Amino acid sequence: MQLPPVPTAQVSKRATTLNRPRVGVVKFASCDGCQLTILDLEDELLALTERFEFVEFAEATSRRSSGPFDVLFVEGSISSPEQAVEIARLRAATKTLVTIGACATAGGIQALRTASEHEAFRAAVYPAPAFVESLAVASPISSYVTVDAELRGCPIDAHQLVELLTAVTTGRRPQLPDQAVCLECKRRGLECVVVTRGEPCLGPVTQTGCGAICPGIGRGCYGCFGPREGANVDGLASWFVDGPALGGLKREDVGRLFAGFTGAAQPFRAVTDRLGGRPQIPLRPATAHGPEHSEHTPPVWGTRPEDPDARR
Amino acid sequence: MHAGDLRFQVQNLTRVEGEGSLHLLVRDGMVAEARLQIFEAPRYFEALVAGRTPDEVLDIVSRICGICPVAYQMSAVHAFEDLFEVKVEPSTRALRRLLYCAEWIESHALHIYLLHAPDFLGYPSAVELARDHRQLVADGLRLKQIGNRLLGLLGGRAIHPVSVRVGGWSRAPRRAQLLAMRPALEEGLRLARATVDVALGLTPPVFEREPRLVALHNPTEYPMNEGRIVSNDGLALAPQAWGEAFHEVQVPWSNALQARGSDNLPYLLGPAARIELDHEQLHPIARAALDASGALESIRLNPYRSIVARAIELVHATAEAIDIMDAYIPPEQAAVAWEPRPGIAAWATEAPRGLLFHRYEVGEDGKVAAATIVPPTSQNQAAIEADIAAFAPRVLDLPMDAATHTLEQLIRSYDPCISCATHFLDLSVRREATS
Repeated sequence: MQLPPVPTAQVSKRATTLNRPRVGVVKFASCDGCQLTILDLEDELLALTERFEFVEFAEATSRRSSGPFDVLFVEGSISSPEQAVEIARLRAATKTLVTIGACATAGGIQALRTASEHEAFRAAVYPAPAFVESLAVASPISSYVTVDAELRGCPIDAHQLVELLTAVTTGRRPQLPDQAVCLECKRRGLECVVVTRGEPCLGPVTQTGCGAICPGIGRGCYGCFGPREGANVDGLASWFVDGPALGGLKREDVGRLFAGFTGAAQPFRAVTDRLGGRPQIPLRPATAHGPEHSEHTPPVWGTRPEDPDARR
Repeated sequence: MHAGDLRFQVQNLTRVEGEGSLHLLVRDGMVAEARLQIFEAPRYFEALVAGRTPDEVLDIVSRICGICPVAYQMSAVHAFEDLFEVKVEPSTRALRRLLYCAEWIESHALHIYLLHAPDFLGYPSAVELARDHRQLVADGLRLKQIGNRLLGLLGGRAIHPVSVRVGGWSRAPRRAQLLAMRPALEEGLRLARATVDVALGLTPPVFEREPRLVALHNPTEYPMNEGRIVSNDGLALAPQAWGEAFHEVQVPWSNALQARGSDNLPYLLGPAARIELDHEQLHPIARAALDASGALESIRLNPYRSIVARAIELVHATAEAIDIMDAYIPPEQAAVAWEPRPGIAAWATEAPRGLLFHRYEVGEDGKVAAATIVPPTSQNQAAIEADIAAFAPRVLDLPMDAATHTLEQLIRSYDPCISCATHFLDLSVRREATS
């Protein structure tokens, strides 16, 4: 997909410690893995903090800022009423808003639930769902505010992150690949897992960026970077179901393959809707006790462990 | 709300994984409420795995946490293999321990150097810390990188690795690939031993209590993948039987379920619990480092000493990783064949933050029908609240900023992983006087 050009106005050509772009990293409903990718740039991290001022990055620093931001990296999907309000506030405080990862760009796996399934999902986890505030559907950031650039992946790729930051510093468009994983696989000279192992693989229809990790380790791609623009998704799905290559795959097996971490993004979602394999409503409600609302007195440590009566 | 109540509040805890806050109410100089509030939005993983095959579940549950995805894959894969009576090859077992070592190295180095050490040295983050102590932070980053590279080698990538399958691996590494990383692990072991000295040099606030500690125990090895659930007050359970001694409760102030013992009392998991209950199984190099430190007792008594426990475990994980590499012979087949069968699949392994319990009901169709996932931070919530309540009276006379900082540092001592627990932290303290 084409990324919009990143505005250049905020970046001084002579970025000094006094005049560095103000960068924020925030999260909504997510696993922290994409912002962790920033901390995983071990070789570049300290140099990056000299080029950019990370004014808000709660996972990494106790210094906080509510803006303004030159660049804001947003992880996670919007899943609660407070988050919907917060993302609008952040957008207003931000010049270049970049979504990072499958949750922020496509909703994440949590976006597979539909509004009608919400109550059943809550009841499957919490004995008293009413105490838990969540929106009926989990949504990508772009459902709420304008997004200037996105990094896909579950998690994002560290090299793409550096490329994007470099592009922002120099005021050019980031060079991010838009080919399919399949092409990357060929470029690496990997053997095709569909042909040689009979394993279904989303490589032909998934945007690359990961480096074709899964085929490289002997398994089919499961779509972390999401559907590539213009890919023949329906054709691949039908071929998995009806074609001669993969024996024994049921329609819902193929449907579930598309119902992964970017499964809420079209056209992946349409495949699952057509073939089946949507999340099932769990068998039974939550097993936890509660809720405890009798008192808020803090729990206390029990009797000393030396005391034999302390055994359960 | 009474006149004169004091409420301390840490809104939006920082340098923890995920979103939460702490609220403390002090009435007549006594802590009347200590509430760890986890407002991380729920993602309903236990519902998202319903209708999925065991191998799909391994990919899905890793997404619960970007810092400890291997732990989720390990508890799940062992649960399924236990139910399906899959016997994996010995080298597969060794590789899984190696993968876990890599995650412990990455996670502990992250916590010690980037999240926790700045507290002791008075910096808001590792970035500011690096301005005065650049080599210290650079060493920590290097150690973390070594863990991540090993994860990448075994799992394809460090975050959400893709190689673990029921029965074994999608592809097992060649011996030469592992040995190519041996020099890095030797460097890692040197850095880990230096980390113990760094951690011992950090002065903890004065605070002692006698906690109930729970961890896996295995007489033949430091616990990761396999062992019995034991406590320092006499518990001993099979890894499938977590529910016999513990249960989850929902509290209205938190999106994370809390776990309690059957007597409804708190218990503590993680590095301090493992060191206390399993130090005899440490790698000889790590055991020597622990003995030389003289910190065994203070690790149990003072939660701020968890940073030393993590450092000792870094030594263990790097030393054991080298041993595993040296002994490694690739499995004959990457994965052994298996057939699903219906029933209850349950297992517990030791995530970097402590015991992680999974339970799946597998249906006749070989797919998961219901799931219960109990992360270590859920289980530690009540212990954190108990410690906050016990420690808070000591800081109430301090200026608000200092009190808040000390309490926030205490919470970071447990390395809470809030993304995991929500199924999470701000600190607020209220002082009330009833008169």
